[in-house]
Amino acid sequence: MSRLSALIARETTLAWGRGGGPLVALGFYAGVATFLPLAIGPQHDRLAGIATGAAWVALTLASLLSLERMFERDYEDGALDLLLLSPVPLELTCAVKCLGQWLATGAPLAFAAPIAAIGLGADPGLSPLIFLCALLGGLAFAFIGGIGAALSLGARRGGLLTAVIVLPLFVPPVIFGGGALANFAGGLPWTGGIAFLGAYAAAAVAFGPLAMAAACRNALS
Amino acid sequence: MITQLLLKDAAVRRGGRLLFEGVSLNLAAGEACALTGPNGSGKTSLLRAVAGLVRLEAGTIGFGDLDPADARGEGLHLVGHADGLKSARTAREELNFWSRWTGGAQASIQEAAEALDLVSLLDLEVRRLSAGQRRRLALARMLAAPRPLWLLDEPLSPLDAKWREGFSALMKRHLDGGGLILAAVHDPLPVATRSLELRQ
Repeated sequence: MSRLSALIARETTLAWGRGGGPLVALGFYAGVATFLPLAIGPQHDRLAGIATGAAWVALTLASLLSLERMFERDYEDGALDLLLLSPVPLELTCAVKCLGQWLATGAPLAFAAPIAAIGLGADPGLSPLIFLCALLGGLAFAFIGGIGAALSLGARRGGLLTAVIVLPLFVPPVIFGGGALANFAGGLPWTGGIAFLGAYAAAAVAFGPLAMAAACRNALS
Repeated sequence: MITQLLLKDAAVRRGGRLLFEGVSLNLAAGEACALTGPNGSGKTSLLRAVAGLVRLEAGTIGFGDLDPADARGEGLHLVGHADGLKSARTAREELNFWSRWTGGAQASIQEAAEALDLVSLLDLEVRRLSAGQRRRLALARMLAAPRPLWLLDEPLSPLDAKWREGFSALMKRHLDGGGLILAAVHDPLPVATRSLELRQ
């Protein structure tokens, strides 16, 4: 237990400081949410119609920002080697890294998402659902993103490669979350979308670490 | 507890090139082996293969009758050029984390810092340390969490004369306590009882 608590503390602090951590993701997010009315025009009903969807897409893009560094620094400075020399399975180590990423970027973004959506003109009654979607979606983004980050280890321009690998895998959570939000706003049944989003996040948490560990071992040997 | 390191006809291929083949070694508790050879002959790769980080092309690596995964997970330390220390964190944070990760107790962390004269440096960020101080920090991790097999990649090179002697004494103490050392070196290793040369 002592090992794991030490690792969780390390990963969260590192993720918090990685490339600016939450501040950069939040700044990027605020930027997109501000640019949208500037580009589309300030008409309230026009913006309100796309507010939740736009907030959701911006969140997806913001969660890409610091993925690249998740494994890369530990890979370059030799820490990944030493993390392997432990009774803790590499799969669990990878899962903790993703959890750190989620705590440092996914969770702060989840708090920002309802604010951004309301700022764009969404119904404030949507905020709890937006928060829940962002929290679950963020979990999926962190664990799927970890796969991309591990697969692009050792590649030049790893960040670009990570985004290319990961974006197609971000499609299902974007659809499920966006669908649930649109249905809720339109008074239609919405729990299905949330259930699918939760299931996708759970699958990412369960299977992502296996893929990450295999990719890390492959990059090291 | 590792009491033997046995390499049989080990071969490693990196990037399509065969680095070495037919390397055998039988190292027992209390013995240190100096691993020598020209640059690029595969010394680091051999150390990494023993640590399980590089796959063998042929041959076997055994740790007595222990399961290799257990032996590697709990029985060995690796100190190389890439020391895994994060330059933005303090020496104390790094020493504490790695010692806990490898199973060290809080008291032994303090002892290790004292043995390598790091106490006054612990609150500095790792980036502020000199190459020699940084290496001492990397070596302190091994003392903080006792594990029998030390895999060292040119451990003495950044150290000054005083610390070369100081660390040699610590290696001697480790061997006297039943430890094993496999160290890639260019200069002679004072505590070596065996040697293994890799040729290209």
